[in-house]
Amino acid sequence: MQDVAAEAHIHRLQESFNALNYSAEETLDVYGLMLLARLTDEYLADLRTKGLMTGGVSCKGHEAIQVVCARELVVGTDYTLPYYRDLALVIAMGMPLYDIFLNHLGSEADPNSGGRMRPAHWSSRKLGIVSSSGVAATHILHAAGIAFAAQIRQSSAITAAFFGEGATSEGDFHEALNFAGIHRVGALFICENNGVALSTPQSRQMKVKHVVDRASAYGVHGMLVDGSNVFAAAAAIRDAATRARSGGGPVLLEAIIPSQMRMREQPDIYDPVYGLRAFLLQSGKLTEAADTEMRETFTQKIEDAYKLALSADKAGIFAVQDYVYADNPAVNVQEHLQTETSFNIEETLQHD
Amino acid sequence: MTERTISMVEALREGLREEMGRDERVVLLGDDIGSAGGIFTATMGLREEFGGGRVWDMPLAENGVVGVGIGAAIGGLRPVAEVQFADFLLSAMSQIVNEAAKLRYRSLGQWSCPIVIRAPYGAGLAGGPDHSQSVETLFAHIPGLKVVAPSTPADTKGLIKASIRDEDPVIFLEQKSLYHQRYGVVSDDEDYVIPLGRAIVRREGKDVSVITYGAMVFESLFAAEMLQREQIDLEIIDIRTLQPLDIDTIGESVSKTNKAIVFHEDTRFSGIGAEIAATIGEELFEFLDGPVIRLGAPFAPIPAKPSLEKEIIPNAAALANAVRRLSRY
Ligand SMILES: Cc1ncc(C[n+]2csc(CCOP(=O)(O)OP(=O)(O)O)c2C)c(N)n1
Ligand SMILES: [Mg+2]
Repeated sequence: MQDVAAEAHIHRLQESFNALNYSAEETLDVYGLMLLARLTDEYLADLRTKGLMTGGVSCKGHEAIQVVCARELVVGTDYTLPYYRDLALVIAMGMPLYDIFLNHLGSEADPNSGGRMRPAHWSSRKLGIVSSSGVAATHILHAAGIAFAAQIRQSSAITAAFFGEGATSEGDFHEALNFAGIHRVGALFICENNGVALSTPQSRQMKVKHVVDRASAYGVHGMLVDGSNVFAAAAAIRDAATRARSGGGPVLLEAIIPSQMRMREQPDIYDPVYGLRAFLLQSGKLTEAADTEMRETFTQKIEDAYKLALSADKAGIFAVQDYVYADNPAVNVQEHLQTETSFNIEETLQHD
Repeated sequence: MTERTISMVEALREGLREEMGRDERVVLLGDDIGSAGGIFTATMGLREEFGGGRVWDMPLAENGVVGVGIGAAIGGLRPVAEVQFADFLLSAMSQIVNEAAKLRYRSLGQWSCPIVIRAPYGAGLAGGPDHSQSVETLFAHIPGLKVVAPSTPADTKGLIKASIRDEDPVIFLEQKSLYHQRYGVVSDDEDYVIPLGRAIVRREGKDVSVITYGAMVFESLFAAEMLQREQIDLEIIDIRTLQPLDIDTIGESVSKTNKAIVFHEDTRFSGIGAEIAATIGEELFEFLDGPVIRLGAPFAPIPAKPSLEKEIIPNAAALANAVRRLSRY
């Protein structure tokens, strides 16, 4: 039974792959990013288990949709509004691992927020990642506003906001989609539906079967994708981004994320990283040896970044009132927060 | 440059219009602000003049108005959001307090939120408990926000222009019963800008300092006239902005008169007057001849019926009594 289902999943991946037209290099890039995110996520989890770190949120199971979204967003032009679950997204957008560890260590040297926010609240002007708060759904409205501003300024930028299905119960979600629909703004609303919000199951969160069922109520284009099928997700987000970029209006895209239990019990069907690996191996796009080498390289990079972050002793960079207002910036962030690593996503993904 | 007598709402509109002409990033958003010109006519004619791209009629959702406005600010515009009554700012509290106020701080200045959020506040138009509140101190308490509450047409114009040019979120509160008053003259100079955080001595006097803002400025002026006949000379300080608060101007006045009364239509309990009185007590203790008196509304909602509303809001007579009491020291 299990094998039949696994075969069927690989078959689905193959079909989606065929429809997508990814080159061999693109395919391995996507796998590399998903794997890097997974290994980083596991490394962080391990540090938490050992009591060496607190805070942060796992992106396990969410890698596929996050990575393919990152690839559609143009760094330097588009706006990205992640939520705390989007580790793979920010890694794929090019946030250095060093910064990710500084962030999780709550270091003042963390360029995201210098220890002012708890881990996983990302911000990078350079990457177009808009500072996220710890308040569910507020940023969905910001995305609508940013996208409308882009429309008014006749900019080609699109804006993508990410959130869980629980956050869609907030009024901000409704207000944002309502506004976005009225003005047909170039925004992507990406719901990573993992079926649970803390302890609350989807059935206690909403009556509809899918978040995307609400799209038509806002005059917003809705798309539903399987978050375990990276190629289907890639095709969907490519269409969504094209639509938003060409004046076709906003898209509400819901990715069904497998539950942690399902991922554990049937990884070959549900775990997006595991399933992709099986597909790549079976179709000869990846060898066991190359996979092992990739893992070793990434693990080394992750460890190096963590150690470098640990050693970055930067206490006392900011006074408590710095950046409360524009007239007390006190220090120049760029001066104090130079990224002290040569980490480079392209370089990391080089696999010859 | 000429100076004319215009109403407060005309001065406000003029300030908005000039800033929209000066900087194309300035956009207005709010409910019924376009063809209707806003329920108090603050934006009348601006949609016709600048077009729909600059004046956005928003769905009826205050949290949405503010949240979209914050996004527009992040996206490079200079939004001025209108909320029809300050009472409804409370629906947007998380957006204002957790988002607008914190964006610069939490991102180490990578992102900022130069938005102005305007709303009519206060009593005097029989609005009742949910259309008459004084909400200014709620916002003055939040690091990252600036809070403005002008009393005259000239200040309204100068301060709205400064607020729009400011790099940080500004809560701009307009005392709704003052919209049509025409106190003083207003400059038509396009660079008539009043820096935020500066109080003004509305009336010079030597005996008692009254520290006030908004509609109570005019009650203070009436009281000063009444008291002049009794040879009591009031000095009236109009703080104009609650955050930042101009403690220096207050200090100068109190160290001269040695007597201070803080006076506002917000509740006496925990109104901004409590903060001002405490600061005076702490920093100017040696100068004081008597207690710092706080005069504000009793701790109750604002009723709609005009006679009841009149009863709850402090006035010139109440101030005059307090001044007489303090003068005995
Ligand atoms: C406004 C608000 N209310 C409550 C919380 C506490 N909280 C943090 S995460 C969370 C669950 C969110 O679930 P979902 O949106 O489905 O995202 P997921 O974590 O499942 O990816 C809650 C309730 C919050 N951060 N913000
Ligand atoms: Mg969830």
